[in-house]
Amino acid sequence: MLCDVCGERDAVVKVTQVGEHGKTLVQMCERCAADRNIETTVSLSKNPLGEFLLDLQKETSPSTADTARCNFCNATLRDFRATGRLGCSRCYTAFEPSLRDLLRRVHGSSKHLGRRYESPEIAMTEEQTELHELRERLRRAIEAEQFELAAELRDRIKVMGEV
Amino acid sequence: MIDLSLLPDSGVSWLDASGQHADIVLSTRIRLARNVEGFAFGARARDGERLRILAHVRDAIHASSGLQQAVLVRVDELPPSDRLLLHERHLVSKELAGLDPQHPVRSGAAVFLGDKLGVMVNEEDHLRLQSLRSGFSLSEAYAAVEGVDAELGMRIPLAFHREFGFLTSCPTNTGTGMRASVLIHLPGLVLTREIGKVLASLQQMGLTYRGLYGEGSEVVGNFFQISNQTTLGRSETDLLDHLDHVVKKVIENEEKARRVLLRDAGYVIEDKLWRAYGTLRYARSLTFDEAMNYLSGVRLAVGLKLISGLGVYTLNKLLIFSQSAHLAYAEGRPLSESEANLARARYVRQVLADEVGM
Repeated sequence: MLCDVCGERDAVVKVTQVGEHGKTLVQMCERCAADRNIETTVSLSKNPLGEFLLDLQKETSPSTADTARCNFCNATLRDFRATGRLGCSRCYTAFEPSLRDLLRRVHGSSKHLGRRYESPEIAMTEEQTELHELRERLRRAIEAEQFELAAELRDRIKVMGEV
Repeated sequence: MIDLSLLPDSGVSWLDASGQHADIVLSTRIRLARNVEGFAFGARARDGERLRILAHVRDAIHASSGLQQAVLVRVDELPPSDRLLLHERHLVSKELAGLDPQHPVRSGAAVFLGDKLGVMVNEEDHLRLQSLRSGFSLSEAYAAVEGVDAELGMRIPLAFHREFGFLTSCPTNTGTGMRASVLIHLPGLVLTREIGKVLASLQQMGLTYRGLYGEGSEVVGNFFQISNQTTLGRSETDLLDHLDHVVKKVIENEEKARRVLLRDAGYVIEDKLWRAYGTLRYARSLTFDEAMNYLSGVRLAVGLKLISGLGVYTLNKLLIFSQSAHLAYAEGRPLSESEANLARARYVRQVLADEVGM
């Protein structure tokens, strides 16, 4: 989205102006907003990742970003923005597009070129792995008192157990 | 009270001033951040999860060759004074020690301490492997920590992503999970006011600097920790080579600044450094910052060969053992701030007198 004033830079702030002809919505870039003494949220960031995270927030529309949730640890993208820390390794998959973008900004690349790693062979079939993961999620759901989710997980475990 | 003499090297062999450029580079540290697959990261993990992680790690460490003899210290079971002691000795991070009142120590927080090697458990990441060496020795430090990493990775499934590499709690560590840092003493660059330029250029070259105790700490006594800023998109070897190259340049610049100081302001500098030495020899009360600044001066004087008979090892020891928790440990009781200042001055006087004679 380009700035309505200069038409050159990306708009970062929406301003509702109330005039004779009712309300109009103007989108502005940081510089044009600053010229008009309109504060953008960028200056408010406190943690070192703040700016990147706020950029993320701007780019992903709130409806998709805020509801994105990691189904393993239950963390949301909003939690990540608040703390600057991810909840678990699965968050990287749950928020992959946003994170890829963030990693590129922080490191200049999202591609790992260092040591490769193969997880030790654990003699588990795919089914066992899935069952293990469901049990792990069930345990977390119970601890977090998310009983609806727990009931659903328990049913799925039961079905798998019967197969 | 924790008995530090039980540790393989009392946790201080990195002070022995044995590495390269030991008068300018105090120590080299490399840490790798790793997480165990299937558990929430440190801050989000529940108490039970953290204890299970610790149990897994303990089994893997006891089965490894590099850390078989390592001593397990349950940081979460220690009183605050002991946790501070470990932190002052650079063996655990501030976060693991729970020293920030807003982030108290987590259950399951522990550290395995081996010879110049350690593994912190349940920090922000499940595992923080670290290797600590005296002087400037990046490749040696990396070789040691890489070995432990490979061994643990064979026994514990680690969180790894095909594209992003090793997954960490904070995205600034993702990829190699490696932070290599060099603790370097730069009084020449500070006194010639060249330091600003040097620090700015570090940042342009993808490196960063911190104070004596790492992240969030202030620069005292002209000690800077220079480390890689990015962890992704370059291999470990690349990151280390780059840091090695830049630090060598910084050392050259520091040496040049020292020559300039002596040439252009010889007696002013000489006077300043002898005054620092005189204060340490005879003061009756010293705050930590004062002691650090005078020690920085004396270290420079030893580097310039103005003062003889005083070893870099002694100066390194003074840096660590004149900290508050160490003084209290030596006295066997908690000390108020003014008592600590008296004890510090007494300790410094004693060490200097023993080394140089009365």
